Formats: sequence, C-alpha cells, structure tokens
Amino acid sequence: MAIAPASDPLSGTSLKADFPLLSRTVHGKQIVYLDSAATSQKPEQVLAAMDLYYRNFNANVHRGVYAIAEEATNAIEAAREGVRRFINARSTAEIIFTKNATESLNLVIQSWGRANLSDGDVVVLTHMEHHANIVPWHMLAAEKNLELRWIPLTDDGQLDLTDLDSLLKGAKALSATAMSNVLGAFNPVRTLTDAARAAGAISIIDGCQSVPHSITDVQAMGADFLAFSGHKMLGPTGIGVLWGREELLDAMPPFLGGGEMIRDVRLDGFTCNELPWKFEAGTPAIAEIIGLGAAVNYLEALGMDNVRAHERALTEYTLSTFSERFGDDISIHGPVDSSIRGGVFSFSFKDLHPHDVSQVLDQHAVCVRAGHHCAKPLMKLLGVGATARASVYIYNDTSDIESLGDALEQAGAFFAF
Amino acid sequence: MPGLEDLYREIILDHYRNPRNRGELETPPAHRVEGFNPLCGDEIVVYVDLDDAGVVADIRIGGQGCSISQSSASMMSAAVKGKTTDEVAELTRAFKAMMSIHESSLEGSEAEAAEQEALANVKLGDLEALRGVVKFPVRIKCATLAWNTLAQGIEESNA
Repeated sequence: MAIAPASDPLSGTSLKADFPLLSRTVHGKQIVYLDSAATSQKPEQVLAAMDLYYRNFNANVHRGVYAIAEEATNAIEAAREGVRRFINARSTAEIIFTKNATESLNLVIQSWGRANLSDGDVVVLTHMEHHANIVPWHMLAAEKNLELRWIPLTDDGQLDLTDLDSLLKGAKALSATAMSNVLGAFNPVRTLTDAARAAGAISIIDGCQSVPHSITDVQAMGADFLAFSGHKMLGPTGIGVLWGREELLDAMPPFLGGGEMIRDVRLDGFTCNELPWKFEAGTPAIAEIIGLGAAVNYLEALGMDNVRAHERALTEYTLSTFSERFGDDISIHGPVDSSIRGGVFSFSFKDLHPHDVSQVLDQHAVCVRAGHHCAKPLMKLLGVGATARASVYIYNDTSDIESLGDALEQAGAFFAF
Repeated sequence: MPGLEDLYREIILDHYRNPRNRGELETPPAHRVEGFNPLCGDEIVVYVDLDDAGVVADIRIGGQGCSISQSSASMMSAAVKGKTTDEVAELTRAFKAMMSIHESSLEGSEAEAAEQEALANVKLGDLEALRGVVKFPVRIKCATLAWNTLAQGIEESNA
C-alpha cells in the first residue's frame, strides 16, 4: 500500500528549549533522549506549576477553610477539569486520580472485577499487553477461577481479529491496550469495544501509550474504562488517571479505604463519598495533579493532531532511514504502515544483545531502553528475550534519529567479530 | 568516566564469541536449573553433574543473554569443572566480593575483614577480566546471574 508522506506541523519549531533536561550533557556529549515510551521529559511549564504550589499555596485539599487550602483545592479540581476536557469525558465525576496507570488498572480489576466476576467467567486480553494488564488479571483469576483468553497477533505485529467474536463469546470483560509499548501498533479500539459490547462484555482500555501521542475521545472510543499515566505525557511521576463511565463507577465498591473517600464514618460502618472522591482515599498527590494539569494544557496548546502528525512524520523518517542505512542488519518489530503505528521502535541489531547495544549507545549519550519492556509474553511470541527500544515524542527531531543511527554504527564496529 | 574498554575486555569478548561448555547434559544424572534476570529478560540454563565425592564432574550452559552474562557463565563453567562444591562456594564468594556484593556483612567487621583477606587469595584467573563490571552497576546482575544459578543447582543437587 502506498503511503502518502506525512507532513509535520511541528517541524521547525524547537520544542527542545522548553525541556531543561534536554540541554544537559552526558559523558561530555549532548543528551539524545529516546525513551519517552518509558517516561517523557518535563517542560518548564510543568516544573513551574509544581514549584509554585509548594512555594505559594502548599496546603491539604478539601479540608481547610483558609485561603491557601482553597487555592490548592481549586488547583487540583482545575486540573481534573483539564483532564476531562483532554479526553472528552462527560463529567469530572468520571476522572479519578491514582498514583499511576498500574493502580488505575488494579482499581478496575479489583473493584469492578471482584463485584462482577465469578467462577468460570471469561476475560479477554491480547498478546501485546503490558504486565500491568496481565498480572492483576492472573491474581483475580486465581481467586475467582476465571478463564483468560488471548487475542493473537498477525506476523507484522497487529492484533489478529479473525476470531474476535468467538473469543468474546460469553466473555464478561475485554481488557486491551490502545497502543503497544513494544510494537508501536495502534489498535482499532472502536472495533474492539463494539465487539465487546455486542458480546455483553465491558471494555477496559490501557491508554498509557496512546493518550500521550494521539487524540483521545472517551465518548467516541466506546470503552467503559480507560487507564493512563501522567509521566508519559509530560507530567510528573506519581500521578495516573482512571476514567470510567459514571454509572459503572457509581455501582462499584470502593478500592482503598480512608480519608477523603468517605461521607460518614460510624462505629458500625461508613458511607462512601460521591464520585470521583469515592476512589481517592487519602491525601492525593497534589503537586503531581497540578503538574499533570499543566502538562495537559501544554499538549492542548500544541494540538494533539499536530503531536500525532509530528510523530507520524518522524516514524516514517526513522523506518526509511534505518532501512537505507542498515538494511538487513536491523530488524524493527511491528507494523510498517505509519497510519497505524506510533514512534516506538523495538529493534534487533545484527546479532548483538540489546544490553550491549544500549551500553554503547549510552557512551554516545543516546538513551534507549533495553529489556523485555514489561511484556514477557509478547517477547516470547516474538522469539526474543529482549529488544532495544527507541521511542520519540514531541521534542525529538530527525537529528536525534541520525544520532541514534551514528551510535548504532559505532556499536556495530565495536562488536564486529 | 569509565570507558567501554573497561567493561568489554578482550577476554570477555572472546568468551562471548566462543562460549565454553555450551550445551546440555542428560538429566539425571545431571541437574538442570534455570536462572532469570527479571530486569532484562536474560535467562540462563545450567546443567551441573556432581559425582559422589561432590566434585563438579561436568557442566553445560544454555540460554541467552548479553556479552557480560554469557562470558561470565562461560568463564564460570571453565573455572568450576573438577572443583568440589566447597571450592565452588569459595570461588563464588570471591567472585561476588569482586562484584562488591558482600554476603556475610552481618558478621563482625573483624571477621569480615578476615573473610575478605581469605577471598583475596582465591585465584580468579580469567574471571578477573570482569572486574570492570563494577564500574557499570546496572550490569552487575548480568555478571552474577550464572553464579547464582549454579549455586541454586548445587543446592538442589545436594537436597
């Protein structure tokens, strides 16, 4: 299939200047950060927002009547509204702050799962899930005797939906990633959620990789739950989001108990607070929520359609450049069609182990991930123990890809047998 | 700044290119044990055959990993063959001491110092080449994977 060359609306704008870390050197060389699928760098605007909170209105939220407590409360609720707008949720009642996407998934699986699943029930996952969307299901499956089914992959690293309807037959839940953190593939989420609904199953989407890199509209997505993390989308660590349909969240039992999540506590029991606070026990990560709010504002100002277009152009550049430069010496996993893949490149280079490759790259200040990417079942399917993975974001440009290519040549030369 | 040549000494690359004692042994009499590095996904398989006197009669290495884990396994296999399990344990302690992993740090500092001195006298031979790994802390687990796996295999063989 011929692919029209993607135009890049962000090319020429140097976003690097907004990211203080990107100006540092490592081993005497300018850093080349290519591990945003693990965590993104943070712009000045996010750092300043968090700093301002601690310097100017550090107070606990939803408690004090004094001025700075109100300012802190207003700031996190403004961030919640920002996240709602960013993913087009109906109401802020549906935006629950967690500590990360892993906790978001565990919240759904433990709270919804324990209340709604029982002996012999079926849950459908995919072969490209992150451990965070596998292990909590294994834990619940052991407790509830659930049957886990797996959507397989095609040879080029897409979901193989041939038998989707039969896999979903009798299933109570489908839990799938919107974008693979290894293959870079964007999955057809609407197809999955429609099929799940037709089968009578709820759908849970892991948006860790997709939300930072593409337009997210939870109403158009047709899912029941969406989990994502703040730190992969320019925000700080320690903050994640769970979006859920309000009627489902309302019916679910609480996850963690404590302050904030209650309306009343008596010696003989308690009454839950309303949404979203029902699922936010304890003092929240106030500075981190504020930081995430600033990150969302930053991304909205860029425009998520522009973010996606920039990364699509960079994806095409990377795939064609590496193919020209390295030919058969490099093998990049996942689909080649940039319309269905993002800027995540897991690759094998010559016969070199990814640890050794990334060690040489580090000497050239090129930061890539090496390992199993918390997706061991997928690694097994790909027939590799580990891969090296380069991943891009808004601040990367073609010069970063060239630097990676140059460093790979050095790695090849160093280990030439 | 430590350079690549501190880590990838020629002898390490030689063992990586030409791994010694690569393969499998029949089980039984040999014992098969797997080791995993959960951080990077490396896995190693050690086949160890202890004779009645507790001597490592034969050893084979399988699995996959980086140059550091594979060369460490290769050198280990060459170093332990023909040694008693006590000698293997001592060599393991000496190797880990070189990797800055002290297992007996709960004992008094005097006893620890004596232990360190005793271990310093253990001949590590080719294994000395892995000393540079200490400068790259992330890679220490790569170097010790085979040793931990062998220790487990010997323990299970004796059980």
